[in-house]
Amino acid sequence: MLNLKNISITFNEGTPDEKNALDDINLKLEQGEFITVIGSNGAGKSTLMNVISGNLIPDVGDVIIDGKQVIHLPEYKRSRFIGRVFQDPMAGTAPSMTIEENLAMAFSRTKKRKLRSGVTKKRKEMFREHLETLNLGLENRLTANVGFLSGGERQALSLLMTTFTEPNILLLDEHTAALDPSRAELITNLTEEVVRKSGLTTLMVTHNMQQALDLGSRLIMMDKGQIIFDVRGEEKQKLTLEDLLHEFQRIRGTKFKSDRVVLG
Amino acid sequence: MSGMLISMFGAVESGIIYAIMALGVYLTFRVLDFPDLTVDGSFVTGAAVVGISIVNGIPPIVATVLALIAGFVAGCFTGLLHTKGKVNALLSGILMMTALYSINLRIMEQPTLSMLNEPTVFNQLESIEAIGGIDSFFNGLLSMLGAEQLPATWVIVLAMIVVTLLIKLLTDFYLKTEVGLALRAIGDNKKMIRSLSANTDSLTIVGVGLSNGLVALSGGLVAQLGGFADVNMGIGMIVIGLASVIIGEALFGTKTIRRATLAVIGGAIIYRIIVTLALEVEFLDTGDMKLITALIVIVALVTPKILQVQKEKKRRIQKRKQLDRQIRGQNSA
Repeated sequence: MLNLKNISITFNEGTPDEKNALDDINLKLEQGEFITVIGSNGAGKSTLMNVISGNLIPDVGDVIIDGKQVIHLPEYKRSRFIGRVFQDPMAGTAPSMTIEENLAMAFSRTKKRKLRSGVTKKRKEMFREHLETLNLGLENRLTANVGFLSGGERQALSLLMTTFTEPNILLLDEHTAALDPSRAELITNLTEEVVRKSGLTTLMVTHNMQQALDLGSRLIMMDKGQIIFDVRGEEKQKLTLEDLLHEFQRIRGTKFKSDRVVLG
Repeated sequence: MSGMLISMFGAVESGIIYAIMALGVYLTFRVLDFPDLTVDGSFVTGAAVVGISIVNGIPPIVATVLALIAGFVAGCFTGLLHTKGKVNALLSGILMMTALYSINLRIMEQPTLSMLNEPTVFNQLESIEAIGGIDSFFNGLLSMLGAEQLPATWVIVLAMIVVTLLIKLLTDFYLKTEVGLALRAIGDNKKMIRSLSANTDSLTIVGVGLSNGLVALSGGLVAQLGGFADVNMGIGMIVIGLASVIIGEALFGTKTIRRATLAVIGGAIIYRIIVTLALEVEFLDTGDMKLITALIVIVALVTPKILQVQKEKKRRIQKRKQLDRQIRGQNSA
């Protein structure tokens, strides 16, 4: 489904700030695979996301989606088949537009936008059905401005907007990190449910190791622009927090630098 | 008093024509969140294209459509400059406005172009005989109410109401389409709409184009109403547009798109009325108009915020008093 080949990207090349953000990354995602990505700050997780979404163009390497080379497609064209939820709950929705208008915009993601009404009766019915699955009562507030919703509600709406059109690839960029524990749990549960139900091919970046262990069918750990650990299937199910920390120390010979990763 | 009626009538008449320009400014300023100064130039471009076309025997209605297209093209250039050239929004507008000054002079071949004794959409409308009945009907109504001086014609104002409302309805519809929703999202959350597969660059270009198309259309109509096009007639137009948008929003609200566009039209008319009233004041003359316009915009921007703060203050004071009373009640009990 998604194939990254020999991806390298260097920031500020030739200056003292030179940084090898991604160093010859090879990663292949099968259809329906759910990968969680962990790593300390600066490991290259976000850069990897941005390379896949088209926000960043790598110095070398190929991004192949569904057998198609997409390296030259700009972000807006790639988003026809990539859905993305951001860390900032405010980033995924338009605050001064209504819930139904936001959903209508998300509904148009996979198609060419035309000069026809964005919110029709039929679509409203569909939006309502999808909103009911969130159990937040948003289905009764279709014409409310999204700006009036709480951060958790907005993130739930963002998740719904991204997933209800079933993108070929779903990118989750620490999408629960800015929420309080109970809201984060709600979003985590919703994520698990929707990914399972629709069998979405998913890549989730997280700072929360427990979350990375609980969710998904495969786990990769990144450090200094490289993938240093990759487990899947049964092996992943058996993995514990101690194993993970131990593994990191074994490979890198150092302790995890970021407290956030350990405590998360 | 009767002279007042006539000047009020004139204010409403031109207000409705300037409302088209204000709708254009609303599209960039509010919908796209793009403060576009091209307006000062593209308004004149509309007038210039209409003027030179009509003088050269092109039918007024065709000339008017040409003005709209010319404005659209000018706006697209501003949009291109901003999106593809990565030039700051304000600066792209200023650059385009400056360039248009020369272009407008080239179009007109002279600083002022008279259309006296030439056909315009308005005198063509008046000359349709069946419409004559409208004038006698409304003027009859007015004289029954005791008016002495009567407006020369009602046709223009009625026709312009129809045209402006039509443009408003088209704008409302457009902003509710799939394309229109994406356009609005550009001004609201650009990052989001890009991640939802909208080409923000081309949408911005088209949006700024449409806006300036409306502005130029308005300029073309103003030129036909006044009977001339002048290379300086666009100076300060952006501020007038902003004044209309802001006054309208402050008075009529912006709850829905339909409401907001209607508010903009209302704002444009009220702006004209305020200007007309101001000119009635003895010590003010036409040269003071820009100052008055700036003051109107400042008042319309600042007053709602002051009122809001005071309302909040009052509410808090009341809450405290209520609490005090409760405590006192408990103590005495």
